[in-house]
Amino acid sequence: MSVEVMRAGLLATVQDHGRHGHAALGVGSAGPMDAPALRLANALVGNVPGDAVLEIGLIGPRLRFIETATIALTGAEFDARAATAPLPAWRPVHVAAGTVLDFGRARRGAWAYIAIAGGIDAARVLGSASTDVNARLGRAPLRDGDVLGVARADPVASGGHPRDGAALHAIGTFSLDPRPWFDPDPSRPIRLAPGRHAVALDAASRDALHAQPFRVAADSNRVGLRLDGPRLALAEALELVSEPVAAGTLQLPPGGQPIALMAEHPTTGGYPRIGQVAAIDLARLAQRRPGDTVRFAAIDIDDAQTRYLACENQLDRLCADIAARLDGIAR
Amino acid sequence: MTPPRAQPPAFDVEPLGESALLLRFGERIDAASNARVHAAVGALRAAALPGLVDIVPAYASLALHYEPAAWNEGGTAPWRRLADAVRGALATAVDAPMPSTRTVDVPVCYGGEHGPDLDALATTLGLDAASVAARHACGDYRVAMLGFAPGFPYLLGLDAALHAPRHARPRTRVPRGSVAIGGAQTGIYPSELPGGWQLIGRTPLVLFDPLREPACLLAPGDVVRFRAITPAAFEAIEREAAR
Repeated sequence: MSVEVMRAGLLATVQDHGRHGHAALGVGSAGPMDAPALRLANALVGNVPGDAVLEIGLIGPRLRFIETATIALTGAEFDARAATAPLPAWRPVHVAAGTVLDFGRARRGAWAYIAIAGGIDAARVLGSASTDVNARLGRAPLRDGDVLGVARADPVASGGHPRDGAALHAIGTFSLDPRPWFDPDPSRPIRLAPGRHAVALDAASRDALHAQPFRVAADSNRVGLRLDGPRLALAEALELVSEPVAAGTLQLPPGGQPIALMAEHPTTGGYPRIGQVAAIDLARLAQRRPGDTVRFAAIDIDDAQTRYLACENQLDRLCADIAARLDGIAR
Repeated sequence: MTPPRAQPPAFDVEPLGESALLLRFGERIDAASNARVHAAVGALRAAALPGLVDIVPAYASLALHYEPAAWNEGGTAPWRRLADAVRGALATAVDAPMPSTRTVDVPVCYGGEHGPDLDALATTLGLDAASVAARHACGDYRVAMLGFAPGFPYLLGLDAALHAPRHARPRTRVPRGSVAIGGAQTGIYPSELPGGWQLIGRTPLVLFDPLREPACLLAPGDVVRFRAITPAAFEAIEREAAR
C-alpha cells in the first residue's frame, strides 16, 4: 500500500501523539496542533492511538492512492475531492486504487488530519514518528514526488472493494458530529488561566488582555501563535531565568506582542509567562488562521483541569464507540 | 545536645497548565539553586510517583509533566494532589548530595577556523587568545540544563574574566560542535544552528544523535572538563567518529 505525493501543499507533516519523555535533553514533543482531531482520525480507520497520520495546514496536498485504502479526514474543513466527488469528512471512506485526491484549501480552520488505515509507515525517532520541523527530527515535511507507505495491512477493510468502481465510497452508515471537536468560530473566547507573571503586567495591560481582541499574526506557525493587538507591558522589568514551558503557555517578549506556544514549542523559555491557555481550548486556538480574532476569557486552573479530564473521558468513550461500530461493519 | 535538623529549603510549586507542575528552587542562575534542582530530580525519580511522563530540570526550576488522570480522585484538583505528594517526596531530599556526578571529557580545538571569535574576544577582555583558551579549559563546568535545541548544554562555572556579551547580530549558521560564550554562560552547539554566542573553539564530539543510545552525550547534572587539542587531533577524532 503506498501513496504518491503529487503536490505537497503548504505544510504537510507526519504526526503521532508526540515525542514525550525527552524534554530534559532539550527535545520537544512536537505532535499535532489539534490532538483530538488526530485521535479521532485514527479511531475512524480502526488505527491504534499512537499511529502516524498526515497533518496538513491551510493548503492541502494532492495524493494519488496507488492501491485501495481506507482513510478518514478530520479537523479543519478542507475542499477535498477526487475529480468532482467531494471527500466526506469525519467518517471512514474507501478510496479506490488509482484515485487522485486533491485536498484543496482550508475553508474553515487551519489544520486537518488524514489517517490511513494501518498507519503511515514512518521511522520512530526517540519514540515518536512526529516531525519536529526546527529540530529536524522525524520525516522531513512532504515534498512533491514523495511516496508514503503504510505500516500494517488495512484493519478495516482487508479484501473490501469500493462498489461500482467509484473513487470514493463511505464505509458504514455513521459519521461523527464534528461540532464538539471542531469549532472555527473566532468570536468564541479562548479560556486563559493566569500565568505566574500575569500580576506583573501594568494595570492597562491586565485589562487589555481580557477585554480587547487580538489577531493571529501571519508569522504564526507550529511553534507558536503570535498575537497582534494591544501592546502589553510589565509594570516594571523582570530579570528572569529560563524555566520550563508547556503547550498553551502565553509568553510576553519585550516587544509586547504575546505568543501562545503550540505543538512544536521549545522545552524552556525566558520570557514572562502571562497566561496559560486552557487545554480544552488549545485545539480551538490552533485552528484560528492568520487574521482571525482571539479573545481571552478568564478561567482558573482547577476548573480548567476538571474540564480537561471530562473532555478526555468523552474522547475515550467516543473512540470506544467508534471501535465497536467498525467491529460491527467488519463482521 | 543534638544539632538542630536542617530545615528543608522552601520551594514554590505552581501549575504549568493541566499536565505539568513547575517547582522553583531559586530566582537566579547560581550553582546552589541548580544543585538543589538536580538533587530534587534524583529524589523525584526515586519516588516513582504515578503518572509521571517527564522531569525537565532548568537552572533554578524543574517541570514535572504528568497524566492528570492518574491523580484524579476525590474533590481536590489533580495538580494540588500531586503537589502535596511532591512536597512529601522532597521534604528531606533536597539537601541530599547531588546524585551520580559524572565527569565528561570534551576535547576542544580553540581559535583559528574552529573559534573565529577568539582573537577579537581576547582583545575585548584585555587578554591574549592563549590565556582565554587556557582559562576556559581549566574550569569544571556543571551541565545546568539542556535546552534551546536538542542536546544544547547550558554550562555553569565560567570564569568571571571570560564573561562576554552576545553578538548584536546572531549568525544564521553556527557549525556543529562550536564551543561558545554567551554572557556568564558557556555552551556547545550540538548541531548546526543559528546563534549569537561568541565562538571560541569547536569539539569534534557528536553531542546529539537521535539514532544513538544514549542520544545525548551530556545529561543534566554532569560535570564537563574541556581539554585543548590541536587542529590535527580534531581531525583525527572527527575521522574516527565518522567510521
